[in-house]
Amino acid sequence: MASLSAFWRYGRRNPKLLGGLLLILVIVLIGLVGRFFVNLDDARPISAMPEMSPTWEHPFGTDGVGRDLFTVMVAAIPLALEVGLLAGAVGLGIGTILGFIAGYKGGMADNIIRGVVDTLLTVPGLVVLITITASIKSVLSVEVMALVVASLAWMWPTRTIRSQVLTMRERAYVKMAKLNGLSTMEIIWQELLPNLLPYLGASYVGAVSSAILASIGLEALGLGPQNEPTIGMTIYWAIANTSLIRGIWWWWLPPILFVIMLFIGLFMISAGLDEVANPRLRRTV
Amino acid sequence: MNVGALARRLGLFVVVIWAAASFNFIVPRLAPGRDPIQQRLGQMAAQGGYQQQGIDAMVKAYQARFGLDQPLWKQYLSYLGDIARLDFGTSIALFPTKVSDLIIHALPWTIGLLLMSTLLAFTIGTLLGALMAWPRSPRLFQYLVAPLMTLSAVPYYLLGLILVYVFGVIVKVFPISGGYSTGAVPNLSMAFAWDIVKHSILPALSIVLAGVGFWAMGMRAMMVTVEGEGYMLLADAHGLKPRTIFFQYGMRNAILPQFTALALSLGYIVSGSILVEVIFTYPGIGSVLYRAISGADFFVIYGVVFMIVVAIGLATLLIDLVYPLLDPRITYERT
Repeated sequence: MASLSAFWRYGRRNPKLLGGLLLILVIVLIGLVGRFFVNLDDARPISAMPEMSPTWEHPFGTDGVGRDLFTVMVAAIPLALEVGLLAGAVGLGIGTILGFIAGYKGGMADNIIRGVVDTLLTVPGLVVLITITASIKSVLSVEVMALVVASLAWMWPTRTIRSQVLTMRERAYVKMAKLNGLSTMEIIWQELLPNLLPYLGASYVGAVSSAILASIGLEALGLGPQNEPTIGMTIYWAIANTSLIRGIWWWWLPPILFVIMLFIGLFMISAGLDEVANPRLRRTV
Repeated sequence: MNVGALARRLGLFVVVIWAAASFNFIVPRLAPGRDPIQQRLGQMAAQGGYQQQGIDAMVKAYQARFGLDQPLWKQYLSYLGDIARLDFGTSIALFPTKVSDLIIHALPWTIGLLLMSTLLAFTIGTLLGALMAWPRSPRLFQYLVAPLMTLSAVPYYLLGLILVYVFGVIVKVFPISGGYSTGAVPNLSMAFAWDIVKHSILPALSIVLAGVGFWAMGMRAMMVTVEGEGYMLLADAHGLKPRTIFFQYGMRNAILPQFTALALSLGYIVSGSILVEVIFTYPGIGSVLYRAISGADFFVIYGVVFMIVVAIGLATLLIDLVYPLLDPRITYERT
């Protein structure tokens, strides 16, 4: 309890972090607790009358093929978070390893890694992802989707972590550790990584956010997992069935509101973590 | 810029183009199961019907094109030759339309829409961002920070959906679909030009709204660091007009990173805002790509993707070449 109240006191000094965490918490709770109140099978087609406006029984109404849209949202939130967390973790993991190799070892490895990263960063990510997902559409699952998105999510982390490691390498405490006879791995684990943790945390939130953005964008183009009720796929069907001009607002409004809440929450967390990692920001805002 | 650096930069560009072309060659072959293109053609052939003739011709063209009986390296070389001549093959759904023709017809729409809205968002956003960081500007601008940050965090196409609903269903002021009225014949009259402008207002608005936040945040951050500089204090002590200090001392020094980002996003105008075009059924590259995806029209997908990669590669190349002219501190000497 003491740590909770300490967190609360810190949160009042960093309202962005607190607000963002609360927003994400609400979304996660809808996804986790919601599944105890609905029957997840209702997220499949023909579980209700199609295109019903919201009632007590169907709080968000139903879509064109009779999916209960509230159930769809409850089922879709964990899937969106899964793609984001998984792709973000893979991307940041690869980025951290490559960033450390490039920044700490330098030399030839640094030249190669930097060259590849700089080249890939000039390539537009979304269209490359479109090529891949369009070609393997039939075997796309949530996990495969996460890996595909992660395949282009490691360049930014690599670049930024490399530059962080470059500046840390020359600090006095690292030299001290070297003089004390610590091996390279020991220096990385005991000296560098702990100091990078807040920074890695902020990068992770950023990576999760852009992974979710990419996956929802792909799904909204019809390139998501075909058998899972995802947020992006709901938007895809809502657009494809011209729900907008037919005034079926309950079809497209809930997914949009969830996406907006999700991104604002992640954005606030990442801005809040930036303040933790970089105290100088606190005064400028 | 010395010759070596120029050659290296050009080399990088060539590598990117080559990698993109090879990527398009490899991906369909790595896909699980059979080659998705052949699968799709087989599917269409099985459906048969009146299109049968075309399908047969297409299957033949496809096999001849890739010389499927030839060894892989020969297929690869002839593929690279086709790409070098900008021959992306023909559309499967709209046989025998060439992919390059589809792209050429759609490109002006996308470039027109995106160029206009990117420049608008840049101008408005940069000015707003500078004013938000400026201590002497009215308090009103301070209150803009939170909403603009929010806008920059929201995916642009969601704003498009909301705009369609508000303007297409509630207040029917602007047309919400197409590039011009159905039935209108494209010509050079003022009436038709006005028709195009009216149709572009809502798609442009959703791109501008989402972009303004991004530009404003970037400019605000740069402006804050510039305000701490000694020359700002000196300019103030000289008694220069606040206007002069704001534009010539503040904005002028803060705007350089904004120009870099602008040049980059101008490269991206070719790729367009795919989902915005889909939502407004705008006749640009994004809609072509969307239709190709839903029709599994692989040659069109690969052709469009390749064209976008090339355009963006060209844009970044140009930025690197022009940048030393903009900012004399940057040189490409070896350090």
